[in-house]
Amino acid sequence: MSASEQSPRLGRLERPALTGVLVREVVNFSSYWRSSTFSSTVEPTIYLLAFGFGFGSLVSRIGGYRYVEFVGTGTVATAVLFSSAFPAMFGTFVKYKFQRTYDAILAAPVDTEELVTAEALWIATRAGVYGCVPMLVAMAFGLDPSWGMLTVPLIAWLAGFGWACFGIMIAGFASSFENFNYVVSAVLTPLFLVAGTFFPLSQLPRWAQILGEVNPLHHCVQLVRDAVFGFDGWVDLLRVGALVLFALVLWRIAIHAMERKLID
Amino acid sequence: MSDELAIRLLGAVKRYGPITAVDGLDLDVPVGTCVGLLGPNGAGKSTTMRLLTAQAIPDAGELEVLGFRLPQDSKAARAECGVAPQLDNLDVTLTVEQNLLVFAHLYRIDRHERREAIERALKMARLEHRRGDKVDKLSGGMRRRLLIARALVHRPRLVLLDEPTVGLDPQVRQELWALIDALRSEGTTILMSTHYIEEAQRLADTVLIMSHGRGVASGPPAELVREHAGREVLEVYGPPERLAEVQAEAAEAGLRTRRTGTSISILGVDGNGYPVEGDRRPANLEDVFVLLTGEEIE
Repeated sequence: MSASEQSPRLGRLERPALTGVLVREVVNFSSYWRSSTFSSTVEPTIYLLAFGFGFGSLVSRIGGYRYVEFVGTGTVATAVLFSSAFPAMFGTFVKYKFQRTYDAILAAPVDTEELVTAEALWIATRAGVYGCVPMLVAMAFGLDPSWGMLTVPLIAWLAGFGWACFGIMIAGFASSFENFNYVVSAVLTPLFLVAGTFFPLSQLPRWAQILGEVNPLHHCVQLVRDAVFGFDGWVDLLRVGALVLFALVLWRIAIHAMERKLID
Repeated sequence: MSDELAIRLLGAVKRYGPITAVDGLDLDVPVGTCVGLLGPNGAGKSTTMRLLTAQAIPDAGELEVLGFRLPQDSKAARAECGVAPQLDNLDVTLTVEQNLLVFAHLYRIDRHERREAIERALKMARLEHRRGDKVDKLSGGMRRRLLIARALVHRPRLVLLDEPTVGLDPQVRQELWALIDALRSEGTTILMSTHYIEEAQRLADTVLIMSHGRGVASGPPAELVREHAGREVLEVYGPPERLAEVQAEAAEAGLRTRRTGTSISILGVDGNGYPVEGDRRPANLEDVFVLLTGEEIE
């Protein structure tokens, strides 16, 4: 009798494997949560103050909202992006290249698919929490509470999962840290600006508006705004669908990219 | 029979582009033994280790670890293996205890047994008093002890140690040997790669000498020495011209020689009668190693 007859072949995406990777992240987080919470709170506050009061003095209302409300809801997506795509890109690269953490994890009963999924789940959860901070700050500046706000962590989580997978994918394809510059300048910055965060896309030329419709960040911005001020039925359902599709596709590509990187 | 072998490799091949790192390697590791992979840098030892955890996928050959076929059933095999890699990959921002805790989870130790497993590993690494310290505060020897203890936290049936003492002081090295020896006496199967001859000679029941991705000789260290280098070696010192002369004479007499930097070793001068002055010493594994893997450094 060989061992493979005694115990069943282990499956895919097993909970103990995901838990193992998540435990590592949670334990690690306990040593750096102060700094990361500080930066993810202070950054949106600065955006709000700068744009809210800077621009707010020039434009009092935009698209039917007070400007501080417009920016306060829009920067939720910014916070999600900054707490998911960036840590995923840099963290993944550091963990496989410099700390060789992933080598250690993959020698244990964990597959690349589980590793990537657990890392993305963790980053998404953080993004779900940190994503709400700008909204809370905006509330301090006069944004009225609403029931829809309760769905904002979920929206932030979903978008965060997609962007985390995006970051892991980039780290998987990158051969050095310098490669990230291209991604940040050529992909993230434009997407960040044509997301409808600081100004509505309707101000932009037609091509930029079309670009906006394929920008996951834009869907996140709109969903959050509608969650706070009132959902728009089918349109928002389509936006959720777009974010789900974005997350699923990038999840699979991220796994593929990391498999190429981690398994010789 | 495959169920008495902890590891069975048959014709394993692994290529990286134009380089063939492992080139038709056969390797048997019987349960309960310690096998040493001995070879110079670049002989394919680390790649072999990566094949065994399916972190490298072979281009050809059959691989079985603890009865599981690789790479398809590698996850089940990995659950019962412990791996201490050559390059330290501890989490430096975590404490000693946290590092063990993470691996207790990764190796799926039951919740009720986790605490005990961590304590056992701490004790094994003799780091109980440093449990709360961050890893980057530890000395090199402590880190290596932790790295090995981390691989043992779940009491694996098979342990893979890739160059367990590379770059460490002699004192620290001896400490680690004691740890590995204790493990061996408990009946854990060990596959260890090393390029330190002494390490292989002391710890391994069987040694496989590797060169250019293949096994060139295998057997218990003492047998390998007897078979390939004879019992005694004559070591002759002198200026380079004299050494060249001695080498030529030995070749004429049908004896094998190897350079040892400042001297020439003439192998297989068992008994007497060889008419050259020099120091006689017992043949050792290093003689075999150099003989089989070549003198030139690549």
